[in-house]
Amino acid sequence: MAGTITIKNGYVFDPLNEINGEIMDIFIKDGKVVRELSAAEMKDIKVIDASGMTIMPGGVDSHSHVAGAKVNAGRAMRPEDHYKANLQKTSLTHSGSGYTVPSVYKQGYDYSTMGYTTVFEAAIPPLEARHTHEEMHATPLLDMGGYLVLGNNFFMMRYLREGDMEKAAAYVAWMMKTHKAYGIKCVNPAGVENWSWGKNVSSLDEANIHFEITPREIIKGLTEINELLGMPMPVHLHANNLGHPGCYAITKDSLKISDGVKTRQDMDVEWAETKIDPSRNRSVYLSHLMFNGFAGTTWADCESGIKYVADYINNKDHVVTDSGCTPFGEATVMTGDGPAIHDLYTLTGNKWSNTDVEMECGSGVLPFTYYKSNPVHSLQWAMGLECLLLINDPWKTIMTTDSPNGGPFTKYPEVMTWIMSEAFRKQTFSECHKWANDRSTLGGINRELSLYDLAILTRANPAKTIGMAHRKGSLGVGADGDVTVYNINPQQLDANNYEALLRTFRKAEYTVKDGEIVVVKGEVVSLPGKRTYYSDVHVQDEREKEMLVDVKDWFRYYTVGFANYPTPEKYLENPTPIQVNGER
Amino acid sequence: MTEGVLTHKKETESNLEEVTKPKSFTKPESFTGKITGETEEVTLVPKKEIDIKLEADVITPDSFAGKNSEEIGNLEVWQGPRTYPLSEFFEVTGNAGSSAAETFIRIKGDAMRVKRIGEGMSAGKIEIEGSAGMHVGTGMKGGEIVVYGDADSWAGMEMTGGLLHIKGNAGDHVGCAYRGKWHGMKGGRILIEGSARHQLGGGMDGGEILVEGNVESFCGIRQNGGLIFVKGNALRGVGAEMAGGTIVIGGKIERFSPGFEFVSMENSVKSGETELIGEFKKFIGDYAISKRAKGALYVIADINPEL
Repeated sequence: MAGTITIKNGYVFDPLNEINGEIMDIFIKDGKVVRELSAAEMKDIKVIDASGMTIMPGGVDSHSHVAGAKVNAGRAMRPEDHYKANLQKTSLTHSGSGYTVPSVYKQGYDYSTMGYTTVFEAAIPPLEARHTHEEMHATPLLDMGGYLVLGNNFFMMRYLREGDMEKAAAYVAWMMKTHKAYGIKCVNPAGVENWSWGKNVSSLDEANIHFEITPREIIKGLTEINELLGMPMPVHLHANNLGHPGCYAITKDSLKISDGVKTRQDMDVEWAETKIDPSRNRSVYLSHLMFNGFAGTTWADCESGIKYVADYINNKDHVVTDSGCTPFGEATVMTGDGPAIHDLYTLTGNKWSNTDVEMECGSGVLPFTYYKSNPVHSLQWAMGLECLLLINDPWKTIMTTDSPNGGPFTKYPEVMTWIMSEAFRKQTFSECHKWANDRSTLGGINRELSLYDLAILTRANPAKTIGMAHRKGSLGVGADGDVTVYNINPQQLDANNYEALLRTFRKAEYTVKDGEIVVVKGEVVSLPGKRTYYSDVHVQDEREKEMLVDVKDWFRYYTVGFANYPTPEKYLENPTPIQVNGER
Repeated sequence: MTEGVLTHKKETESNLEEVTKPKSFTKPESFTGKITGETEEVTLVPKKEIDIKLEADVITPDSFAGKNSEEIGNLEVWQGPRTYPLSEFFEVTGNAGSSAAETFIRIKGDAMRVKRIGEGMSAGKIEIEGSAGMHVGTGMKGGEIVVYGDADSWAGMEMTGGLLHIKGNAGDHVGCAYRGKWHGMKGGRILIEGSARHQLGGGMDGGEILVEGNVESFCGIRQNGGLIFVKGNALRGVGAEMAGGTIVIGGKIERFSPGFEFVSMENSVKSGETELIGEFKKFIGDYAISKRAKGALYVIADINPEL
């Protein structure tokens, strides 16, 4: 029976069901977790003996850059990223290449090898949505979805300035359907629009050119619309002044804007059984806190400001963040924040690429290397780990490298090991510039996260945060049969033996996707189908009509015809709409 | 050794006074790797014409070490989408030494259609009694490669040590960085008795490249360190965007890069252990992009009066 399997005798870590290392059997039937299988069903199915091993739900990455125009620009501009990292074709798998910006196939295999089954692309420029879906379509083994960049969109800025929340909401709903996107992304609100004139904004109350709208108004508007519509996930916010010394202050102030916005997640889906409430309770999802968390005034006196933001997050309940760790080595920075990339270009002189996506957003790409010997880079490494260790409640933070910005996702095993092993952190401190210790609080933290915490940071919380906990991030009855088996015996776990941890996290013993074994000991063994999720948001037809009059009128300024703008479903592999009820 | 001279200091002290302009540089008398008495020789004789070029990065003392001729013959090379044993294309005789340093590989014939010979080798010696295909000595770390004929493009790409000695001409991108990469050759020496073509030493960080003949465009483009000495002429773009390192041109530069500033007249050029005697114009650059360029470009004075 396809998608039917039993995983026996492993130590199960399933935080959404408050299961912390109990020895249990997991039963999956037709791709979904079930309570038990009948004796007849048990007869001819696969059984994984996971005795002495760790079982977790399949990994969920809620913030990665794996598809779309800027990722592809990264691939095209970095031949040197590909010639040493390549993958030979097998009778089953496609060939591939690339280290920080791998080809789509390699990306899918690499994620699966580490035990991940679900990955969300964190920035889709609306005009590039088709391309993004084409690449997601070609990425094997991963369930995917993406966030639509709306923070500097002409219509959003116009409606928000006019205070026309209804039209704005209708626009967001229509855009999600049109581009088959899942959530709202907001990058450097108001600033990217100014970048079209070579400028930026630097404070929350600085209005931008022509639209005369401030970052504060955009963040407030988008977070309110998000709840008005009942979207699955909070607004994914990339704050202003990113990567500038002192930017932690504006980050903190940006988070305050959505304090008090009442969350309303209104999805028409079947919920898997969970012990704790799997629905979303955050109104803002701050992206890559590390890049948003510098204190100081210049690169000469900069230091970590993570503790100030972490303090705020520890005392409030409306924020969730992901870390954006920098595990050293090669990276390719890519973001919708064009001015931030220009700053990096002036700093490094590296090759770079910059795009203005007409009336919708912008983007920039630049190769970057994080050196242990560099004071700022070593500080960034420490700050990334602070994001995970200074926030007390693991349900408020998510482990990412903002791949490939802080480093490629294939470095997750290093990050996992750093947060679980103080000895590994000490080892790295001894190799890197003293700024890491002098200008951050990481050296004074002796917290070592448990496997249960890790399951929250890499599975349960990303799924809950983005509203996918109804089927991802847990092993409750009704959840997708996505399981990772790591060859770690929790009874014998020794955090000081970090080499062993690194090895286990790099190659999952088994990755199970929809009840099919897809990876054994780091080798891809089967290629079942995958899904693409998007939000099908409902608003009243009349509102949509009124809004479309404006949009159609402006389409004469677009390079594509109105009829060619939408991404049809055929661009999606196994399109899986999530009904969002909006005002209905 | 004849008159004139770019060489290691100690070896030239006796005839420094006679030198007025550089005409040659010393060739290594014996290679720098350690070949001991136990060295074993493996001979590869081409069996047939090769149509699609081979990807033969297995031809290194490192991968041959500890193997007998049969095992060596079974090593796989890529040709297009397929792999074949090395013995499909070469008659293999002799056994390798127990380590790379004790292994000497002799290719008796032309290997112009065999790519990546000696890639990443750390020790030992390879002699090619003909021409070598693309990427010969790419990333080599130690040991020696001697090519009796010509070398195709990308010879010594990103090498970090050892000696690559080409007795004929070389193609483009000698000692260069890979496409899109910033850093090329970091160490070791490349000796070319003939001429080389475009982008010699691109992105070079260290080591030495010595060319007896001429070079074409963009010699030392984006160079950060190391020494490039060209005895003959250069076409144009010498040292374009260089940020550090030294380039010496002993002949005529057809079109001089505009981003260089004249510093002084010099009677000798020193780079590490190498000293060159002659009358040179010294320039610093390339200021076309960087404001803090530290590259030194020496051009022989009498042949380039207009500079």
